[in-house]
Amino acid sequence: MAQFRQCPDTGLFFHKEAENLMKANAVAGVVCLLIGGILALLVVLTRWPAIHLLPADSFYMVLTAHGVCALIFWMIFFEMAILYFAGSTLLRSRLATPRWAWAGFVMMVIGAVMTLAAIFGGKSSVMMTSYVPMRAEPHFYLGLVIFAVGALIGCFVYLGTLVVAKNEKTYEGSVPLVTFGATTACIIAIFTIASGAEILIPTYLWSIGYISHIDPAMYRLIWWALGHSSQQINVAAHVAVWYLIAGVIFGARPMSEKVSRAAYLLYIFFLQLASAHHLLTDPGLSVEWKLFNTSYAMYLAVLASMIHGLTVPGAIEVAQRKKGLTNGAFEWLRKAPWGNPVFSSMFISLVGFGFLGGISGVVMGTEQISIIIHNTIYVPGHFHATVVIGTTMAWMGLTYLLIPVLFRRKMIFPQAAKLQPYIFALGMSMVAVFHMAAGTLGVARRHWDMGFAGNPLGFEYPATAYLLMGIAGIGGVIGVIGGALFCVIAVGSLVFGEKLQKEAGLLQSFGVPLADSAYTNEKPARLPMAPAEAVEADHGESGFEAPGTFILAMVLLVSFVIYYFINWKYLSEVWGIS
Amino acid sequence: MADENNTDEREEDENISPWQQMIDNPFLLLFIGVAMPTVFYTLWGVMEIASIPVAPY
Amino acid sequence: MTSLLPPAQKNWWAVPVGRQEIIWIAIALVWCLIMFFMMPLWHMYGNQNIPTEAYKVTPAKYQAKVNEMIEKYKVREETAMKIPVVAPPDGADVYLLARLWQWYPMLELKKDVTYRLHLNSIDWNHGFSLQPVNINIQVVPGYEMVLNITPNKAGEYTIVCNEYCGIMHHAMLGKIWVKE
Ligand code: HEM
Ligand SMILES: [Cu+2]
Ligand SMILES: [Cu+2]
Repeated sequence: MAQFRQCPDTGLFFHKEAENLMKANAVAGVVCLLIGGILALLVVLTRWPAIHLLPADSFYMVLTAHGVCALIFWMIFFEMAILYFAGSTLLRSRLATPRWAWAGFVMMVIGAVMTLAAIFGGKSSVMMTSYVPMRAEPHFYLGLVIFAVGALIGCFVYLGTLVVAKNEKTYEGSVPLVTFGATTACIIAIFTIASGAEILIPTYLWSIGYISHIDPAMYRLIWWALGHSSQQINVAAHVAVWYLIAGVIFGARPMSEKVSRAAYLLYIFFLQLASAHHLLTDPGLSVEWKLFNTSYAMYLAVLASMIHGLTVPGAIEVAQRKKGLTNGAFEWLRKAPWGNPVFSSMFISLVGFGFLGGISGVVMGTEQISIIIHNTIYVPGHFHATVVIGTTMAWMGLTYLLIPVLFRRKMIFPQAAKLQPYIFALGMSMVAVFHMAAGTLGVARRHWDMGFAGNPLGFEYPATAYLLMGIAGIGGVIGVIGGALFCVIAVGSLVFGEKLQKEAGLLQSFGVPLADSAYTNEKPARLPMAPAEAVEADHGESGFEAPGTFILAMVLLVSFVIYYFINWKYLSEVWGIS
Repeated sequence: MADENNTDEREEDENISPWQQMIDNPFLLLFIGVAMPTVFYTLWGVMEIASIPVAPY
Repeated sequence: MTSLLPPAQKNWWAVPVGRQEIIWIAIALVWCLIMFFMMPLWHMYGNQNIPTEAYKVTPAKYQAKVNEMIEKYKVREETAMKIPVVAPPDGADVYLLARLWQWYPMLELKKDVTYRLHLNSIDWNHGFSLQPVNINIQVVPGYEMVLNITPNKAGEYTIVCNEYCGIMHHAMLGKIWVKE
């Protein structure tokens, strides 16, 4: 019999099994972020030329672990928690087959441990991309495969939950927008994981000698169907989290269900094609293939992101204006709850993802512009803007929300939590911007020594490049402090935070039974549809209900256009290639 | 939130647009979302790499 | 919290979209199309495009081709390792080889002359990163890529490896000199 409790603060219903799974996945994710963050410190201090902390072999080992731990494990564990939340909690439905979900979780943990053990064994410093014919130890690949299968099970449990909810009529009409966003993420995840299996299983067999040869170009093609698509899971999921937080904090209503859902539909159709970004300077792929795929079929997925970029803040603006914050274009934004880390993390995620990550990503994904950017440190600069300022900060905001709602704990150090998003954002923006700048001067990524010690030929990057890497180093240290603060607050709140209700503490998520008075076997009432009156009331025919947002969107567009053409200008100055 | 607002009374439009029907059908979307990149990115890309000629010398 | 609730109308697709969204979508779409068409336009009018010409090749064959070229056009040797420097004639096929952890051989080219530069790795992936111009090309083992390159400025250029290729990745350098 499915047991539910209702959160007294938000009215959300939690299915007990789903709740425990969310907790387990979120905690596992934060642990991975913690490990990834410690490794980040070592990496960034090595790339800071004046410090140059680690020797080469440990640098490459630690960098491999940082990429795998932060990008794959932290992101995907947390995504599992989001899927269970969007499927079960938001739909007021029991989770389909919780046992399978637990099996998936256990596999993910085993896989993660196995891969990390391989990396720290020292013989698998192949970077997360593990391009063949460079060889890692077999359990490096095997761990990733097991992790991926676990995640795949999670995806199917989510889809199963959608079916259960529909059959048991826990809601009416269409699923909520946030759930639809999670569905998009789930679909992208299934393609991602299938591609991962397609390439990592043969590679595993190759590493133990069953297969003699794996074609390096094919490997890159299929690996990036995994590597890049997994970033698209993040995008789809963190946009859903933006909508979620806007809804919870402001009671914001999507400006138009049709527009937001159609934008997600464009993601489903086109977003994953962009794996081609990584192969723009590879041998033998035709121009047609490159243009079609790198542009997500004429940038239709970029269009979708630009739409979300308008509708998320636009929804907030409409909600704020309805509360009377109508002065000028930006009163709604000035008077937003900037001291609430749930909101500030989410809004920084939105702006940082758009301005830093989004613009740079589209520019560098332009077929020819890739020539002046491919594999330089510009690339890590770009993706720390997307995956750290964008996705990680969205997850952080959500975590601050879940500490009271899901874990029923009071947050410890609320003052520090207020500041944490700003510290983290400052540090990571410095990493992103200064890495990008150093990349335009040609500094290589995944590179232990920009002074090229040990080579008789010698080459000096301009002094500016050293300066930029040094500033990025300072930013990295600030970022790590911000990240550590997050981990301390999140983990600390779970362990030491005052219990809001005794029945749903941390112990319970480890299976220790406590009084479960708040859980009942009663099925929650059916999820009502959004109130209809609101629609006509705040969507006048005149249309411009969110002028401030429109101005922000235009600022984004203008920056985008300028930056785009600056890069063409740079490109036009290099040697002719044809 | 628990109280039922009378959603049942809301107008139920028979002719829901095919677009909305597609968006409301996660398994159809799953099919499209997997088929698109499989065909345009993976299969097309594999064919291109497979058809690279052997060096003439 | 209506993003957490089912849409207010069962038939939400039929709800008209506000003017603001429509204007923004139109603007964004135009921008997307401009970005798309920039790429084919650059293929027609721009000078920096990665060509599609590529061949499958074995390490032994490629190495032989490189040695053949060195024999014909070697002009001197550099460093204690006696790395050959090759000065190919105008418009020639130039074979550059990447291996752990070296770009081989070194090249002496002329400004404003177009060469057919062949790139291949005989072991792992490497990254051809020409500095300080900042041209970056992936070098995949088993696949030989042919680029028609036209140096546009005289000087000494360094090829950095920017694809991780093992423990001495950071020390993998090569040289190209461009003469007036
Ligand atoms: C906490 C602050 C962080 C700092 C200071 C930091 C810093 C760095 C640095 C310096 C590099 C090396 C760049 C290079 O030499 O190529 C790097 C690589 C990377 N980072 Fe971070 N990072 C942080 C957090 C994160 C997070 C949260 C994620 C993912 C969500 C992430 C994902 C990656 C990835 C995927 C790589 C590339 C690894 C590779 O090239 O294989 N980082 N990071
Ligand atoms: Cu190399
Ligand atoms: Cu290298």
